[in-house]
Amino acid sequence: MPSPIVDTGPERALTSKTHPPQPHAGHHHPRTDILAGDPSKRKLVLVGNPNVGKSVFFNYLSGLYVDVSNFPGTTVEVAKASYLEYDLYDTPGIYGVSSFNDEETVARDIILNADLIVNIVDGVHLERDLFLTQQLIDMGKPVGVAVNMLDEARHQKLDIDLAALERELGVPVIGTVATQREGLDAIHDLIRSVREGRQNPSLHAELHRLLSVVGSQGEALLVLEGDPVIAARHGLKTVVSSSRDELYIDRRNRVNTIVAQVVSHAQTGRRLSSLFGRATVSPIWGLPILAVILFLLYQFVGVLVAQDLVGFTESTVGNRIVEVAIKGAVARNAATEITVERVGAHDEIIAERNFSFPDGRFANPALWKEAQDFASGHTANWTFKYSNPWIVVFFGEFGAITMTLTYLLFLLMPLVIGFYLALSVLEDSGYLPRLATIVDRTLRVIGLNGRAIIPLILGFGCVTMATITTRLLGTNREKTIATTILQLAIPCSAQLGVIAALLATAGPAATAIYAAVIFSFLVAVGTSMSRLIPGETSALLLDLPPMRFPRVGNVVQKTAYKTYFFMKEASPWFFVGALAVSILQVTGALVAVQDLLQPLVVSWLKLPKEAATAFVMGLVRRDFGAAGLYSMDLSPYQTVAALVTITLFVPCIASVVVMLKERGLKEGMIIWTGSFVLALVVGGLVAQLLI
Amino acid sequence: MPMLLSTVRKGSRVRIAGLPLGDMRSQLIRLGLMEGTVVECLERLPGGTLVLLHSRQEVAVSTELAASITVSSL
Ligand SMILES: Nc1nc2c(ncn2[C@@H]2O[C@H](COP(=O)(O)OP(=O)(O)OP(=O)(O)O)[C@@H](O)[C@H]2O)c(=O)[nH]1
Ligand SMILES: [Mg+2]
Repeated sequence: MPSPIVDTGPERALTSKTHPPQPHAGHHHPRTDILAGDPSKRKLVLVGNPNVGKSVFFNYLSGLYVDVSNFPGTTVEVAKASYLEYDLYDTPGIYGVSSFNDEETVARDIILNADLIVNIVDGVHLERDLFLTQQLIDMGKPVGVAVNMLDEARHQKLDIDLAALERELGVPVIGTVATQREGLDAIHDLIRSVREGRQNPSLHAELHRLLSVVGSQGEALLVLEGDPVIAARHGLKTVVSSSRDELYIDRRNRVNTIVAQVVSHAQTGRRLSSLFGRATVSPIWGLPILAVILFLLYQFVGVLVAQDLVGFTESTVGNRIVEVAIKGAVARNAATEITVERVGAHDEIIAERNFSFPDGRFANPALWKEAQDFASGHTANWTFKYSNPWIVVFFGEFGAITMTLTYLLFLLMPLVIGFYLALSVLEDSGYLPRLATIVDRTLRVIGLNGRAIIPLILGFGCVTMATITTRLLGTNREKTIATTILQLAIPCSAQLGVIAALLATAGPAATAIYAAVIFSFLVAVGTSMSRLIPGETSALLLDLPPMRFPRVGNVVQKTAYKTYFFMKEASPWFFVGALAVSILQVTGALVAVQDLLQPLVVSWLKLPKEAATAFVMGLVRRDFGAAGLYSMDLSPYQTVAALVTITLFVPCIASVVVMLKERGLKEGMIIWTGSFVLALVVGGLVAQLLI
Repeated sequence: MPMLLSTVRKGSRVRIAGLPLGDMRSQLIRLGLMEGTVVECLERLPGGTLVLLHSRQEVAVSTELAASITVSSL
């Protein structure tokens, strides 16, 4: 099981299907629960609207790192940590406690179960945020409020009277700028002084009546507000939703009154960042700005990292220095045939010599010196052929150790770091929700609304994590479509890096064809799914956070964490995959596999039969498969056909596990097998047409 | 004069007169978008997606949703 976003610290298993046990006896449903934790520990839950800084608080209090990004819906799973004598929980952002979507269901259950709540609100948007605050208070929960983003409130010349707010709500209030740690030392006292606030008095009688039936005031309120899930838990029928609207309007009006009393506003000019933010969604500037961003991304990831940097780390550091050092060390006492090629600027062979060490190179230091002299001063490719099959398995052509090392450390890691850096900057800038706005109309063609661009873009980082992020989509239909597109047509960072490097060699025409094929495939899959799956696309209703300069610390930390998890997740698979391929090779089974797949690989895909190895590797991880193509000699069109095929494979075992968990066994299996069939069909068609 | 939110022009300020029914209605009320609320249309994108400004918050709204909300001019 991958732990795709956070480290072993926070436990993450709460889904809408697992409910925490109820605090009151008498109404038990059997429930599996990780959130119960230590029953002697009190549950301290961070609750707030999306994108208000909850996760910054969580990281500060717990010393861990969960993702912090500038778009609503960053946190989609509950994270747990220990803080003082409490179990501390970070929750997905919500606008209110109810069951309108997945985030809300997840948050609702943990809020019902909370012993105390720290409610984080955005000082600039108190009107919006205090609705949830008042609802928590109406639920009878002990609450403390942290008014965050005070820096931005000051910028907008908002004057917030925290003492008045405290009086009105009846719960303690502090002011903070979480990103600068301003005011955070007061949180300790806040937690000590949480209390039940001033409830809406008109609710009292009704709540009291229900309380005897459902056992907790929180649940009583939700039943009163017509929450069907909670009502069903207690065998009650839901109240008609018009009573919910009445309660909501009542609460909304109360909040507006409070805000009128505590916030005063001096009108000011617009900030530069807000002007830029406006431009990104304007009909005139929106597309040019998007084009510039894509161009910069391509220059950074596609050229600087995938070509220049990886060219250096993979072939120079990886192949020519590290691998030669390791293989050379292994050759000390082992029978080895060494070939040294001097190559020119375009990898063409200028001169070649063979050196034979039947008793290992220690037995013939003079010849070893000769080999080194032959190589020195030139760019040289070394090939080591060992006679001992075990050595071949670990250090030979597909050596489990050498190949894993080069692929992971010198090919994929730089690519992954480059991608995550770029993505983090994008995530933290606040651009993604604006991109969602400008593509809203277009995405409707494939049955999604603009919001879906967020998981799709995150998929270019890691499909596994992005599959979890599909939870922020409104309906099951949209989640299914987005998950399918992610699993089939979105190459993740590791793979895209290898693809970019291969396409750079194959040339612009090949690149254009590859991109066109994958894009048309994506559109075709999305469109047909949208036609086939009944239901409608949900409407876009999305808060646009202010554009901000990404904080360097957060970008670096996020990149480091994600890279670490990529390496942790991928390394064992790479090692096992390389070991398997290597054993197949040594035992001669690889040739048998290649012969077996010959009709498919050679006749249908028109590739050299050795490409079968890459596809076998691609079954485990498609980045691994793509990396396998890296060392092959393919014509530009063969490269396109091979890359199209491997791109449409399911990304990796981890993503399949997450997909099965998110989408269920049946749907997951359909997507999984479908991906291989479609990959071979589309890749083959491309090959038949081009080659 | 009631009209649909989806038809308002960029730069104009309008007052919300009617919301759609169902869950969406509750969600809009929660956000403070209810009968009587004044919103400004900041942008209209090709295809009809709107960017609204409502108490310092920019909100993107798809054209279908906007077409289910009636507004009156100020
Ligand atoms: N200027 C400013 N930015 C802040 C402050 N606190 C948090 N942020 C930024 O606000 C954004 C959202 O922070 P998160 O911690 O991810 O918010 P969240 O509440 O966990 O969001 P969701 O998980 O999406 O619900 C990030 O870009 C933070 O850097 C603050 O006090 N001032
Ligand atoms: Mg968060």
